[in-house]
Amino acid sequence: MVELAGRNLREAGLRNSLTTVGISVGVASLVAMLSLGIGLQQFFNRQLGRSGLFDSIFVAQRSEFRGPRAQQVDLTPPKPLDDAARRSFEKVSGVDEVYPYVSAVGEFRLERSKPEDSHFSVIGGLPASARGSEAFDDFQGEFYSSGEAPEAIILSDFARVLLGLPPQPQNAEQKLTAEQAQQLLGKTLVLRYAQRAADAAPQPTPSPKSQKDESSDDDSDSSAFNVIRKQQDLKIVGIVSSEPYRGMRQGRTSVLLPVGFAEMLNMIQPGDVRSLIRPGMGKTYNNIVVRVSKSKDVSAVEDQIKKLGFNAFSIMDASQNLSRAFFFLDTFLAIFGSLALAVASLGIVNTLVMAILERRREIGIMKALGASDSDVKRIFFVEAGTMGILGGALGAGLGWVIGRVINLGTNVYMSRHDFKPQDFWYVPLWLVITALVFSVVVSLFAGLYPASRAARLNPVEALRHE
Amino acid sequence: MTSGTLRRWPPATLMNHAGRSNIRESPGDSENLEFNGTEAVRAVSLVRHYKLGGSLIPAVDGVSLAADHGEFIALLGASGSGKSTLLNLIAGLDRPDSGAIVVEGQDLATFDSLSLARYRRHTVGMVFQAFNLVPKMTLYENVELPMRFAETRRRERKARALEALEKVGLTDRMRHRPSELSGGEQQRAALARALVNRPKVLLADEPTGNLDSKTGIEIMDLIQELNRALNMTVIMVTHERQLAERYAARMIFLSDGKVQNETANHKLGAAR
Repeated sequence: MVELAGRNLREAGLRNSLTTVGISVGVASLVAMLSLGIGLQQFFNRQLGRSGLFDSIFVAQRSEFRGPRAQQVDLTPPKPLDDAARRSFEKVSGVDEVYPYVSAVGEFRLERSKPEDSHFSVIGGLPASARGSEAFDDFQGEFYSSGEAPEAIILSDFARVLLGLPPQPQNAEQKLTAEQAQQLLGKTLVLRYAQRAADAAPQPTPSPKSQKDESSDDDSDSSAFNVIRKQQDLKIVGIVSSEPYRGMRQGRTSVLLPVGFAEMLNMIQPGDVRSLIRPGMGKTYNNIVVRVSKSKDVSAVEDQIKKLGFNAFSIMDASQNLSRAFFFLDTFLAIFGSLALAVASLGIVNTLVMAILERRREIGIMKALGASDSDVKRIFFVEAGTMGILGGALGAGLGWVIGRVINLGTNVYMSRHDFKPQDFWYVPLWLVITALVFSVVVSLFAGLYPASRAARLNPVEALRHE
Repeated sequence: MTSGTLRRWPPATLMNHAGRSNIRESPGDSENLEFNGTEAVRAVSLVRHYKLGGSLIPAVDGVSLAADHGEFIALLGASGSGKSTLLNLIAGLDRPDSGAIVVEGQDLATFDSLSLARYRRHTVGMVFQAFNLVPKMTLYENVELPMRFAETRRRERKARALEALEKVGLTDRMRHRPSELSGGEQQRAALARALVNRPKVLLADEPTGNLDSKTGIEIMDLIQELNRALNMTVIMVTHERQLAERYAARMIFLSDGKVQNETANHKLGAAR
């Protein structure tokens, strides 16, 4: 039957080729649409994954604030977010890394520059795992030599400030030129900051008569601390155009230190105000970041931390919403892409119905010679299936080419607008196989009517056909 | 060889499918349906009507006949007498509205569409007035075609196709397409194709109708030779009485779908 079908396909070569091309266009549109959807989803997942947000949990002490919604707040005293808590997080299964969220204000100037060239900015702590962040894709210089090294990586716009250069427009290339970078790399950046000097003796301070000076209370004096101005030399080792793990810090940090070294500096952070008001709290962290090995474990780890008595937040929910949005996008693209295949399947019906009209007598002869209804059906199914396979294979290839062209065109456009080239398009093997199978199934489905019509032909009438 | 009682058409399972439940019973209903095992073909009270506009045309109207093994029968009659319809019914290409047909012990009334296809494949071979070769196939491929449906192995297909082509003297023309051959050669190829599955019964519908008299005689000689050599039952439709007298042992005359006359051919052999 395959041989007979093959002969029939060759006999009406042009018509069958055109039908096959029609199918391939349908499959190509399906492949191109879906590969674009999949590519976009992968692109966003990649970007978000590298932002450090999808595998991280932000832990904070439970709120003690009382306000209009106080009735919803747990009235039991919150557990302190201290070293003991930090160690307990490290023991949770699936946790890869635990580090404090460091964010403090400091004053910076280049060594040998005038004091009036000092600038206030925000300092952040960066873990070693941040090296994988997209911000380091084309950064200038090197990463920290160790987690405790007095080294700094600075943002390129802050580097411009240090060099006295005007800021770049928002969409323009932020990266410094090699010469500009060389003026800073290896140089010393002088940091002045406020240090929380622990276990310091309390200093009586004058206060208005209406206020009671609690620092004179003997019971609380033992855990009070001093704030002293400190200076630290930092070696500039790297310059980045965008902030690593930007999502965590809302993009305000200009100078990044190794998180271990930043901890050692013991800089005053906004949360320290609480310790000042409530003596006896001891050293606590504002926030702790818990990074899990696999993003799928985020929810489980988050629940565990909540059970330990802390507030925990991750953006897995946002990720799930994104997946859902992409599912709808992919479905929409698949339906849109399938429309062309549906139209192409009508081409198969048309081609095969034409073939029945042309081969009516031949079908009659075959039946007279002993061909059964299913033999006749099989011949038409093989013809439809062959067109489906060839069209599917051709279409998958064509879809791949269309995807490459879209990708290329987008990247040309992006490079003209000073954006980095990206892959928005991806054809996974399963998509190629699914497209082929779908093409064959659609073709066979389209062949159903012509095949059964051919099989039902009355041989006597068919033999009379001229 | 089987013997017994025939099943009458329309079988219940086929009535609705065929949509002929409103067909009247044939006039031969009272006929004895017993058959003996020496008959190759037995048709009893066959009725086949066609709808033309609002009326029913009786193409075959209560025909009964029998053919012994190896017998050569000619069905004679004018155009529209029902001889080709009768042949199609015996070939299993068409189903009667009522009546019974047994060929080589096979009661066609009991056959579903697949069994009928198998019957056409193995029990009967057909030769048509218009040759009915597939134009896009070579002679060899045309002859091989029935064996494809019979799922004969490729090697055996080749051997049998070559043997059949040799029998009809067309080995040297086997790579030609039908359009490249004369009418006589095409009919010989059609004959080779009809024989390739080694049928017991050869049904020939006006086999010389499209041939000149000389070529017609050549074809008829070939059919007769096969009839005698293979003891193959031949039922031939023709409107040429001369031809029937020359080759058929028995002649059945049809008119308006009915058997008018049936005579043994005493002139057989003498006409040569």
